[in-house]
This record gives sequence, C-alpha cells and structure tokens, in this order.
Amino acid sequence: MSLILIAALPFLGALLPGLMIRSGRTACAWATASVTLTALIGLLVHAPAVMRGEVIQYQLEWMPLLGLNANFFLDGLGLLFAGLILGIGLLIIIYARFYLSRQDPMGQFYTYLLLFQGAMVGIVLSDNVLMLLIFWELTSLSSFLLIGYWKHLPEGRQGARMALAVTGMGGLALIGGMLILGNIVGSYDLTVILQNKELIQASPLYLPALILILLGCFTKSAQFPFHFWLPHAMAAPTPVSAYLHSATMVKAGLFLMARLWPVLAGTPEWFYIVATTGLITMVLGAVIALFKDDLKALLAFSTVSHLGLITMLLGFGTPFAAVVAVFHIINHATFKAALFMSAGIVDHETHTRDIKRLGGLRHLMPVTFTIVMVAGLSMAGIPLFNGFLSKEMMLDAATEAAWNGNHWLVPALATLGALFSVAYSFRLIVHTFLGPKRDDYPAKPHDPGFGMWAPPALLAVLVVLIGIMPALMVGPLVATASGAVIGGDLPYYSLKIWHGVNAALFMSIAAVVGGLVLLAMHRPLDAAWIRARRPEAKAIFDALMRAVTGAANALTDGLHNGAMTRYAAVFTLAVIAAGSAAWFGGTNPAPAREALAIGPVPLIGWILLMVATVCMVAYHRNRLLSLVLMGIVGLIVSVAFAYMSAPDLALTQISVEVVTIILLLLALNFLPKHSPVESSNARRFRDGTIAVLGGLAVGGLSLAMLLSDFSQESISAFHLANSKPGGGGTNVVNVILVDFRGFDTFGEIIVLGIAALVIFAMTESVLGSPVGAWLKQRPINPLEAGDRHPLMMVVATRVMMPIALMVGVFIFLRGHNEPGGGFIAGLIVAIALVMQYMASGFDWATARQRYPYHMIIALGVFAAAFTGIGSWFADRPFLTSNYGYFQIPPMGEFELATAMAFDVGVFLCVVGAVMLGLESLSRFAHRAGDRPSPYPMDIDPSRDLPQEAKDA
Amino acid sequence: MILTYALIFTTGCFALALLMNLWRVVSAPGVPDRILALDTMVINFIAILVLYGIIEGTAVYFEASILIAMVGFISTVAYARFMLRGNIIE
Repeated sequence: MSLILIAALPFLGALLPGLMIRSGRTACAWATASVTLTALIGLLVHAPAVMRGEVIQYQLEWMPLLGLNANFFLDGLGLLFAGLILGIGLLIIIYARFYLSRQDPMGQFYTYLLLFQGAMVGIVLSDNVLMLLIFWELTSLSSFLLIGYWKHLPEGRQGARMALAVTGMGGLALIGGMLILGNIVGSYDLTVILQNKELIQASPLYLPALILILLGCFTKSAQFPFHFWLPHAMAAPTPVSAYLHSATMVKAGLFLMARLWPVLAGTPEWFYIVATTGLITMVLGAVIALFKDDLKALLAFSTVSHLGLITMLLGFGTPFAAVVAVFHIINHATFKAALFMSAGIVDHETHTRDIKRLGGLRHLMPVTFTIVMVAGLSMAGIPLFNGFLSKEMMLDAATEAAWNGNHWLVPALATLGALFSVAYSFRLIVHTFLGPKRDDYPAKPHDPGFGMWAPPALLAVLVVLIGIMPALMVGPLVATASGAVIGGDLPYYSLKIWHGVNAALFMSIAAVVGGLVLLAMHRPLDAAWIRARRPEAKAIFDALMRAVTGAANALTDGLHNGAMTRYAAVFTLAVIAAGSAAWFGGTNPAPAREALAIGPVPLIGWILLMVATVCMVAYHRNRLLSLVLMGIVGLIVSVAFAYMSAPDLALTQISVEVVTIILLLLALNFLPKHSPVESSNARRFRDGTIAVLGGLAVGGLSLAMLLSDFSQESISAFHLANSKPGGGGTNVVNVILVDFRGFDTFGEIIVLGIAALVIFAMTESVLGSPVGAWLKQRPINPLEAGDRHPLMMVVATRVMMPIALMVGVFIFLRGHNEPGGGFIAGLIVAIALVMQYMASGFDWATARQRYPYHMIIALGVFAAAFTGIGSWFADRPFLTSNYGYFQIPPMGEFELATAMAFDVGVFLCVVGAVMLGLESLSRFAHRAGDRPSPYPMDIDPSRDLPQEAKDA
Repeated sequence: MILTYALIFTTGCFALALLMNLWRVVSAPGVPDRILALDTMVINFIAILVLYGIIEGTAVYFEASILIAMVGFISTVAYARFMLRGNIIE
C-alpha cells in the first residue's frame, strides 16, 4: 500500500463511525477496527523491505517552488512508531467498544480516535517538515477533542483546554524551530535535513532552532516543567488515556527528538538541555507517582517519569543510549497500555480508582490481577519482564554519563528514579489487589468480559515474551529502528537477560530493595507528603492563563473598543509612526526633479479645493451641505485629472461623481438632516490633531514621491511599448484594463456584480421586515413640493436620452485607442437611465425596462468569461487577446480586437450593477398607498385641450 | 496674436468667476444658493477646459467637457429634487 494511503486511511475512515453507529455499536467498532487493520496490514507489507534496510518513499509534488511537497518516507523508526500507533490503536478500538457505556456517543469517539490516529501516522511518515508540522498541530487538535470527550465533566473540559494550550504553544515554538532548520539546510525535506549534520551544528542559528524544537518536543512529551498537563488529561475516558499516553501523543515528542537525533544530538547544548530535563522529569515524576491515590494519576506520573527516562537516554547522545531509548519505547508502550487498560477495568467494575478504597481484589478479579501483575512488575524492572531489560541497559548507559565532569550524579539520580519506580509499581499491585478483601467497594467487582480484558492480556503476553526472548521477539525491529535513529553503524549491545555482574546489576538491586523499603514506609511518608506544601501546577497554570488572557483582552479592547474613531486613530497613528520610522531611519534620495511652476488657473482650482475642504470641516453637521461641498471637491478632482493628462480617469471620475451623489441622496432621505454633537471639545481637538498629522504625512510623502525617481524601473515603459503591438490599442489605460490586467478586471466586474446583488438582497430582506412596514407607513412631509414629475424635467431628460446613449456608444467604441472604454460607457448609459427614473418616475421607467438588471450583470460576466475561454480554442491561456484589421466597403479599414468583446462584458456589468443598486435603494422610499401615476408628467398641457382640438 | 490675448482674457474672466462662485459657497445664506454656485462652477469649468484645449491646440479635453456638460446638471437636479421632495426617484 502506498504510504500516502496509509496516512490517509484513518482520515478517510473517520467518516465511517458516524454512519455505522446507526447499525449499532458493535458494527461501528468493527468498521473502525477494519480501517485501522487495513492501514496496519498496508504498513506491515513494507516491513520486510524496511527490515532489510531499505527506505520506502512516496513523493507527490504540490507546490515545489515553496518547498511544499507531500513526501512520505518509511524507515525503521517510522515503521516502529507507525506499528505502535496502528497496533495499539487496534487494541484500543476493541477495548473501547466494551468500555464506553450506552450513554456515550460512540460514533463521535471513534471519529475523533481515527482523526487522531491519522494525524499521528502522518507525523511519523512525513518526509516534508511543513507537512509534519501540520500533522503535529492536528494531533493537538484531535487530542483536545478526545480528552474533552466527556463534555459534561468540567475536569475533562479543563484538562482538554490545558493540554491544547500547552501542546499548542509548544507547536508554535516547533514551527519556528523547524522553519529555521529548513532555512539552514535550504530544504524542507527531512531526508535532506538529516544528511546535513555539520551544516546545522555549525550554524549560528543552531541553538535557537534547538531550543524551539525542544520546546515543542518537551511540551508534547510532558517533560518538566511542562509535565503538568498530562495528569489533568486523565479526565478523559480510559481508552483515550491508554492510547494517548502510552503509545502515541506523548511519544510524538520523543519521536521527533529521535528523528532529528542524527543532526541535533552530540553537542554539549543537546546533552545539557535534553539529558538534564529528562533526568529531572524521571525523578520528579516517579516521586509524585508514589503519592498519587488515583490509579490513573499514578500511571500518568509514571508515564511522565518514563518519558523523562527516554528523553534522558536520547539526551546522552551516545549511540548505545539511543538504542536503549528505542528499546524502552517499545517496552513502555506495551506495559503502560496494558496498565492503563487494566486501570480502566478496575474503574469500570468497582466504580472507583482511589487506591485507598481498593485492595484485596486478587480473588475477585483474578484475570485483571494477573495482567496488572505482569505489566506492573515489568514497569518496576523485575527480571523476566521486558521492563527489566531496558532498565538495566538504561542504568548501564547512565554510568557512562558525566554531568559537568561529575561521574556519579547521573547514575545516582537514575537509580533514585528507578527506586521510586519500583515503589509505585509495587504499590499499584499491592495496594490494589493484595491485602484483605473489603466489603465497602462502591460496586461489586468481578472480571470483565473477554472483549475488555483480551487487549491488555495480549500486551501482557508480549511483555513476558519480550522479557524472556528479547533478541528473537524485537531484536531486528530494535536494530532497524535504532539504525534509523543513529543514522550510522550500530554500537555493540546485546538484548539478553543476564549481562553478568556489573554496576547496573547492583544499581538495579539497590533500586528494588530501596523501593520495597519505601513501600513499607508508605503510610508515614504519605502523611508527610500530604502535610508538605507543594506548588499546585493547575493553580499556577490557571493564574498564568488568567493573566495572559487579561493582558490580551486589555490590549485588544484598548485598540478595538468598537468605535470607528478609535480604529481610525490607532491605524492612522500606527501608519504615521511606521512611515516616520522608515523615513527618518533610512536614507532618502535627494529630489531628482524640479517642482513645476503652478499657473494662475490651477492655483485657483487649488484654492477652490482647499476652501471647499475647510468648509466641509466647518459645515459637516449639515449633511446636505457637506454633500454639495463634496460635489465641488469631486468636480475639481475630475478637472485636475483632465488637466494632468489623465483623460480616462477624468471621464470616469465625472460619471462616478454623478452616480455617487445620487446614491448618497437616496440614502440621505432616510437619515437625519443634521449630525448631532456627540464628543467633547478635547476629543475633537485630539482627533483633529491626528487628522492633520495624517494629512501632512500623506501630503509630504506624495510630494517626495513626485519629486524623486523610483528606485526600481517602472513597469510603465513596458506597457507603453507593448500596448499597440501586443494589445492592438493605442490607449494604454484601456489596454491594461482589458488585456494586460484583464484577469483582474474580470474579477473586479464579478465583485461589482456581487455587490449589486447584495444591495438587492438586503433591500429585499429589509423591505420584508417590520422596518419595511414602518417605512411604508411613514408620514408624508407637509413641506414637500407637490410636483412629482415636472414637465420641464421630463421633456429635457427624454431629449437627452438618445444623445447620452449615443455618447455612450461613441465612448465605448473609441475606447481601445482613445480615452474611453466599457467602464466609462457603462456609467454614462447608467446615468442616462437614472435620469429617466428621476424625471418620469420609478413605475414609468420600470415598465419600459424589458430586461431585469440581474440578467444584464450575468450577461456581462458571461460575455467576459466566454471571451476569455475563447482563447483556449486557439491553445492560448485564458484571456489571451487577438486583433485584426477588416474592411467593409462603404467604411474605411477598421480594427476589431477580442478585447472589445471583453469590454462589452465590462460595459454590461457596470450598467447592470449601477442600475440594480440605485433601483434597489430607491425602492425604500415607496409608501403604502402610492399609486402609479397614469401620466408620465404631472402637468401636461395636451391633456387639458378639448378633444376637438386634439382631433383637429 | 489677438487670439492669444483673447484666450488669456477669457480664461482670466472664468477663473475670476470661479472665485466668485467660491465666495458664494462660503457666504450664501442657505443650501439652495450653494447648489446654484456649484452648478455655475461646473459650467465655468467646462469653459475653462475648452479654452485650455484651444490654448494647447488639442482635442483631448473635449470629451471631458462634453461629458461634464451632459451629466453635470444631473447632480444639480438631484440636489433640487432632494430639497423639494426628499425622494429623488419616485
């Protein structure tokens, strides 16, 4: 099976449980299990090749220029982890079928589980670092869903949130670290990165990258001081805890450390950060675990401790320690998953996980007892079980390690950790199962059904088999996986029970004896532990989160309090500050051009502009008057465009001004005529200062831009040179619109059409609401003039109509070579139509409008699209234009370009959009009881003539 | 020769007229007078654009002036309708 399919299968399969739950819980579990089983088989098919030392690869190019490729690869390490994830996943699926009660939504559970599984498999199979990061984030998200699965439990929700916060934060750091790593190497492919050890370790960015990556690994793998989230995640259902905290989620951090071991390990920085953290975590976790009464909490801290152990081994940086780490990963996954599942069984059957309320279950639950016994002894490191082997080898590796020249510190602490590990393992077995039978269990305990104990029993069998015949059972797997971690020759090691009398043996014996002594003294020690004042991680975390959230809220509320003025002020000031910093901080080119002299007429235009603007500020509370002043500003801007050799812009601006004024007047009809004074003088002064600053900054920058040359060569020269030969038109502006940047224009007319449709839709919904009813009933203003459709206006606009349409056609046709084009022509025609609406009335004009404006917009978009698609038939890219010269006898030679068909689309779209918008807005003014006038003109002299006069 | 002086003179007149329009905008007693001042301003600008085209000897400004002439009055009509009826499209 191809690797991408193995990674994708759980994701695809995640759809199944939700559907299959309708056929019953067993069917749902089988469907889920079959997905995982298929992926597992697909993986095992590759196992022989990987064992031979081959690396299976799968490459899918997605965005090669960005280094984004969906590359997967499978080597020994990937095989080990993917096998653990899928294999234990399969057992968990079976176990969960019997663990979850009827009230729990099982379909949801399996969906989350498969999503999580897919994300984990994705991490271990990814070759591309960026993809790995995405899968990494996915595990954080899907584990959030799993941990918070019991939504009714506040601990579950809080635990899930804490896990997400901690691992998500680490994920963020990891992204930074991985990007730096990819940058150093120049490739985001793991296989490439792994071959550049010297390059990475010599880079000055090695340490930052290392710290960021380790932050990600430590948070995920619950290393001190980020270990606190793991015990809180125990609020999840037991199958989740067993899966996440034995084989998968927390091992992701270990996986990444092992994966990057060849390039990151071996430096003092690596040793001191990783080994020290691992050592502290191992000892601390083991000590806390001894004093936990909750079975799952005990196992959680034991997991923290064992993760610390593996981290420490990886931190040693020696090949032998790496082999031990790989071996212990296997062993820990087997016994810890079995223990978690057994703890779940105890909880399920006795309805409590409190060790102090348990004891004497030996005879009541013999099967469970056997499983816990086997797995627990393995966790304690007792011979004949697999935990013993890796613990011996760990102690062996620890004796080699020197911490800052100190040769006994690491071995002593490792022995201490092992000692506590023995103590809590025996406490788990002794205090839960041995001792006298009690009669105050919350429920009547008995062994569960086969389906529930079979998965942990299978793991327990593995524990024993690996313990007795390590080389036979996992020898090749350890060799291949370690080979992948080390990336070179394997060191000498032997997987066997008896290594002879050496230091590790004595340390081991000391640990077992000490652990038993500790257990015997547990009662007084526990009392002392409870009395002692310990920092409570959750309280610290909550306080920290409150502080961070408070600070974030204060910042965002300060900047974004919902008032437009605040946004504008913050934005303007920020831009001014950034611009000033750039301006005064950088080197500025001296002005390269002379300022042109200003003539008397432009000066007068400038005075008009300034006075109108000042008046606007003074009179802005009178809304109609400010609209008039806006008209002056618009007029001068239009004329200025014409004067400064931008006739296309001038034509557009003139038409847009008219449409804007009409639009605003339509809206103003429903607004108060005056804006009230709402802010204090001090505030107005402050806002005025900001406005003046912003104006001066923009003005100054514009002047500086106009007086200097561009630092890069402008694109204008290209456009000027290619307009005629490439686009077939001499009007560069129009050729840019319909040809060079035709695709942009295509998008813009679509947006324009959508905007008009949105205006229409909003009008419809408002008119259908109570507001619409209120609008219809609003009183008539007695001051209104009586003349609705004045004679003069009606006649004038009708005379104007054909002229305006002709001008529109003229402007459109000449557009490609002279100022004009579809956009301006569309505006002119729309204005000609609006004139009719204004003069002869809405009903009169609507009755004569044969095509709805929606259709005109659609026609426009289609015309443009088909023009673009047309070039596909000539095997050219979308919107490639062509032109030719034609001769029709009475007329001279003329030019036709495909761009003209595109321009027709622009034209239609503009007409439709403007008209639809204005028509929609004008419908607000309809009052109930308004009857369409039978006459287009209120006063028509011809109506008053006697009939005979008309006949004559 | 005489044409040059005539052009300068006329341009000067229209420019002066613009300033007078502006004076009206600033000082008029109500909105209607200001709308009329704006309308006059529009007409004066048409003239100035045409004159500028004659001075420069180009027809480029002609379209702009024709368009202003054709649609410029519509804003004025819209303002007027707004003041008379409130609603400009009935």
